[in-house]
Parts: sequence; structure tokens; C-alpha cells
Amino acid sequence: MVALPWHKTSPQEDDRSVGAAQTTRTLLGLLVVVSILSLGTGAAGLSVFDAARDLVSGEGLSVRDRVILMDIRLPRLAMGLMIGAALALSGALMQGLFRNPLADPGIVGVGAGAGLGAVLAIVLAGLLPTGLAVLIGAHLVPVAAFLGGWASTLLLYRVATRGGQTSVATMLLAGIALGALAGALTGMLVYMADDRQLRDLTFWNMGSLAGASWSKLAASLPLILPVLLLSPLLARGLNALALGEAQAAHLGIHVETVKRLAILGVAAAAGAAVAVAGGIGFVGIVVPHLLRLATGPDHRYLLPNAALLGASLLVGADMVARVIVSPAELPIGIVTATMGAPVFLWILLKRRGLGGL
Amino acid sequence: MLTVQNLTARLSGRTILQGITMSAHAGTLTAIVGPNGSGKTTLLRALTGDLPYGGAASLNGHELNATHPRKMAAIRAVLAQSTHLAFPFTVAEVVRLGLTASVQMHATDLTARALAEVGLAGYGPRDIQTLSGGEQARVHMARVLVQVWEPVTDNGPRWLFLDEPVAALDIGHQLTVMRITRSYADSGGGVVAVMHDLNLSAMFADRIALMLDGSILSQGRPAEVLTDTNLAQTYGCPVRVNAVPEQGPWLVPQATAI
Ligand SMILES: Nc1ncnc2c1ncn2[C@@H]1O[C@H](COP(=O)(O)OP(=O)(O)OP(=O)(O)O)[C@@H](O)[C@H]1O
Ligand SMILES: [Mg+2]
Repeated sequence: MVALPWHKTSPQEDDRSVGAAQTTRTLLGLLVVVSILSLGTGAAGLSVFDAARDLVSGEGLSVRDRVILMDIRLPRLAMGLMIGAALALSGALMQGLFRNPLADPGIVGVGAGAGLGAVLAIVLAGLLPTGLAVLIGAHLVPVAAFLGGWASTLLLYRVATRGGQTSVATMLLAGIALGALAGALTGMLVYMADDRQLRDLTFWNMGSLAGASWSKLAASLPLILPVLLLSPLLARGLNALALGEAQAAHLGIHVETVKRLAILGVAAAAGAAVAVAGGIGFVGIVVPHLLRLATGPDHRYLLPNAALLGASLLVGADMVARVIVSPAELPIGIVTATMGAPVFLWILLKRRGLGGL
Repeated sequence: MLTVQNLTARLSGRTILQGITMSAHAGTLTAIVGPNGSGKTTLLRALTGDLPYGGAASLNGHELNATHPRKMAAIRAVLAQSTHLAFPFTVAEVVRLGLTASVQMHATDLTARALAEVGLAGYGPRDIQTLSGGEQARVHMARVLVQVWEPVTDNGPRWLFLDEPVAALDIGHQLTVMRITRSYADSGGGVVAVMHDLNLSAMFADRIALMLDGSILSQGRPAEVLTDTNLAQTYGCPVRVNAVPEQGPWLVPQATAI
């Protein structure tokens, strides 16, 4: 059994930590299975088992197999895992911050804001002095997406919360306005773009993992990795925040710090995901919701489990996207929206029974 | 010891509290009473760090608006007038939110004991959103209790700040919760509770502060504060104070004007 930091408390029937730890192990298993399946799925006929047998028997991989595995499927898998974890985590963090299970970067305009940042970077990169452009290189787009996501989260929080309480209606409406504004500005930039930039934009906008590469991964990892590693530190603060800001402070939480870090975390995770894979919706809302149903809203378990389930879910969705219209490929955003939008509606429907929004 | 010197507080540009001077000692229960809108909650919020204030206020020697939340959380717990939880936590999880790192070891026992104290033994696994209003109020009382479970530590006495702890409770549970606060004070802790029930205040409090329009009109022992004239002036309704039970004054609201 893996000794995870939250396993210290003794088992007890009124405590869901045992179930949560069990869920963590199950999700780790799922992650491994999905990853192996994903490595074996693709247009080129290459089975993981054949490859494994070749490796074990000492023959080694053929050059062709090595290229397929190392340069195409592995980076694609790694990016799927990373972005899935980032999307689910940014959703869980945002829901904790807004004290609302409907908050999701994709839905409330943060994704659009990050997208605006990314497009801005792609279009305006040409204006940078060559030396600087080379220096920043691949990092420019993720960083710009992060800044765009950060500005929109901050703005949204200012608009939608009063005295520590978030109005759902205001949040969703502000999100629509924010998304529309970012979309309009993005449209203008696209109009200004030249042919080469347009190609980059179209490619980026598809919401796909098809362009996965080690260099893209390296460019966004510095944004996502800190969120993955540090978000558990916010768990206690977000739990307390569920009581409201004043009461969280009474429990000894430095509320402003927690809020600032959570906003940064949302922006970094969502921004990095948007920068490398375009708009992939609903992972951030479906994953935390399912986990809350299974093991409760405690962020100490919710955050790590969301990262695990999000990673598996996105890699799974990517397999579906590759297989369903093979040899062509669906944009993965279509797959996640098909799975996720009904769940979103379902949550809305259930909340209506609880006295509305 | 809680010391408040000439405290003022403003909300939305309006001065709500003016010239509040009071003190409360560990080992005593202080009730803050007064009509709706007289500033009781605002005073409690100023004393618990929610609200900037003018003047001086300190708890155990720590100036209230200059002390880190973590330090304050170690010496006092706060029950708000109402609490809305954003997610479906279980009762036990809510109570455990009150636990500070130092007592995490016997978390389960403490949670169970606190729940039993407020009459909710066995409610731990329930989703709090499925509890009745009064039951939820008692869950939050249990959460507040575990935060400062020992009334006295090496660092001095600890405090309960409670905004209407019994407003949502039936008469039996009102007494349960009042007895808990009383024994907390008797064990050396300090209790400051905003109350609407003057009889319970008279029965359980060592001192009463009577508020009107953002100031303290009168403070002292219950028998000194709860007089016919004081009450008629603050509540604008005739009240006759009797001394029938030996514990203290006993109030009977009058249906007709005196
Ligand atoms: N945010 C605010 N902005 C302006 N005025 C406020 C605000 N909050 C409270 N007040 C006013 O301050 C006064 C004191 O309010 P407070 O909540 O302290 O009353 P209270 O004594 O606790 O009343 P109750 O018994 O109804 O709980 C009231 O007149 C109220 O209208
Ligand atoms: Mg009040």
C-alpha cells in the first residue's frame, strides 16, 4: 500500500478518508491501465505487447517502432495526462475558491481569457525583437495564456463575490460576458494575423492533443507542475473557506493568501492547458463532481484524486477521439463536451431542487 | 482578559458602533443583549477580526486587529449568527474543521465527544445539509468547541465568542448549550455570547452588556442591568422584572402597556 500523507488518521466509520485513500489507489490503477491502452492505440499498427516482448527478448525495438512510441505516442500520452490533471485540478480549485460546484474555467470565461493571452502571444510574437523571441521561445504562449487566465479569474472574482459570498447568477453571467469579450478580442487578432500565424492559430484552436511533442510539454510543465505539487497545501484553507471567508479566518486561515494562491493555481493550470491544447471543456466540472459524490468534498482528497481522474479521463477521451472516426481524428474537445455538458445540466437540475441558485 | 477601549466601527460609511468600552475576564460568561439592529453582531465581528475598528481592543494582551489569524484561532473560537456551507460535508467533517494541528491526534474521540455534548451523538456520518436548522446550529457549536476544547492552556485562558448560540434551539437544547458555556467559564475559559433570551442571560451570565443604537447603555451584574426602566427604554415595550427564582431576575413580558 502506498503511504500517502493523509493516511495517518486511524480508520473510523464517520470518516471518508479511508474511502478516499481506496479511491486514490483505484485511480492510480486506472491511470496505469489507461496509459498502456493509449500507448497501444494509434493509426500505425503497433501493439504495446509486441513492443514489450521485443524489449524483453533482448531484440530491442525496430527504428520505426521506436519513433512511433517515443516521438508520437509517449509525448501524446504524457501531454494528455498532464493536461487532464491540470484541467480537473483547475476546476476543483476554482470551485473551492468560489464555493460553488458550477465554477469551471472553461464555463466562466477563464479559458477564453487564457485563450486570448495565447492568441495575443502568437500574433504579437512577430513584433518582438528576434533575440528576445528566441530567448522566450516556446514559453511565450503558455506564459501569456497564464497571464490571460489570471487576469480573468481576478476580474471574475471581483465581480462575482461580495463579502465572501459568491452569487452563482452573477458568476455565470460575468463569465459569459468575459468569454464574449475575450472571444471578440481574439477574433480581432485573428483578423490581423498573417498566413503563418493563422496556421498556428487554427492548429492551436482545434482543442487537440495531435500536436503533442516533448518541447510543448517542456514549455508548459513549469506552469502545471507547481500547481500539482503545491495545491494540497491549499486543501485545509479551501475546506475552511466552505464556511465563508469570515469563518475561515476564525479558524486561523489567512484568507487573502489562500485566495491569491488559488487564483494563481487556477490560472496556471488552466492557462497551461489552454496554451498547449486549446479549448477542452467540462473536464474541470465533471471530475470534481464525480469525486465529491464518491468521497465527499474534503479538498485534502479531492485535489489529488481530481488530478488522477482528470488525467485518466482525458487520455481516455483522446483514445475515443482517435478511434471513433479512424483513421481521421475528432478534436478531443468534442468528446469531453459530449460527456461533460449533460453532467453540468444534471448538476443544475439537482440544485434547482435545493432551493435554486 | 478582553479589554475594549472606546471602540468605534463603521459599515458602508455609516458609524455603527460608538464609544464601546467594556472588559470581560476569563472564568466568566458575558452576555451581550439588545434589540435588533443595536449592533451586537457588529460588536462581535469587530472583536473577532472581521471588521476594522477604531479605538483599542485586545484579547489576552493581543491587539485584535494586529494579530495573525492563526494565533487568534489558537486562543478563541467564534460561532457566527448563521453559517452556510458550500459543499455537502458530513457532520463529522464539519466538526473536524475546527481542529487545530496540535490536537489532531485524538481527532475521532474529540469529534465524538463534542457531538455528544451538544446532543448529536451518532450524527457524524450524516450529510450536514440534511439536518434541521437547530441540528445544524448545534453541529457548528460542536465545531467551535473542538477548536478551543481545553478552556485553559499553558498560553493562558481561551475564549468562546458566540453570536446567538441558542436562537435556533428548542428549550431543552437551549439549556444544554447554555450549560456547556457555563461550565466552560467555570473551568477557567472566557465566554462572550450575544443573546436575545433575557431570562437565559439572567440565569447563566455573570455580566450583561445591554446595547442600544451602537452603544452600551448599561453593563454589570444581571440584576443591575435588567431593570424595568432599562428594558422599557431599550426594547420599547413594557417588561416586568420579578425576583421569584433565586438564581436572579425573572422577566415577564407584559401584553399591555404599563
Ligand atoms: N453591511 C452593512 N452596511 C450598513 N449597515 C449595516 C451593515 N450591516 C449591519 N448594518 C447595520 O448596523 C446595525 C447593527 O447591526 P447588527 O447586525 O450588529 O445588529 P444586531 O444587534 O446583531 O441585530 P440582530 O439582533 O437582529 O442580530 C443595524 O442597524 C444594521 O442595519
Ligand atoms: Mg445579530
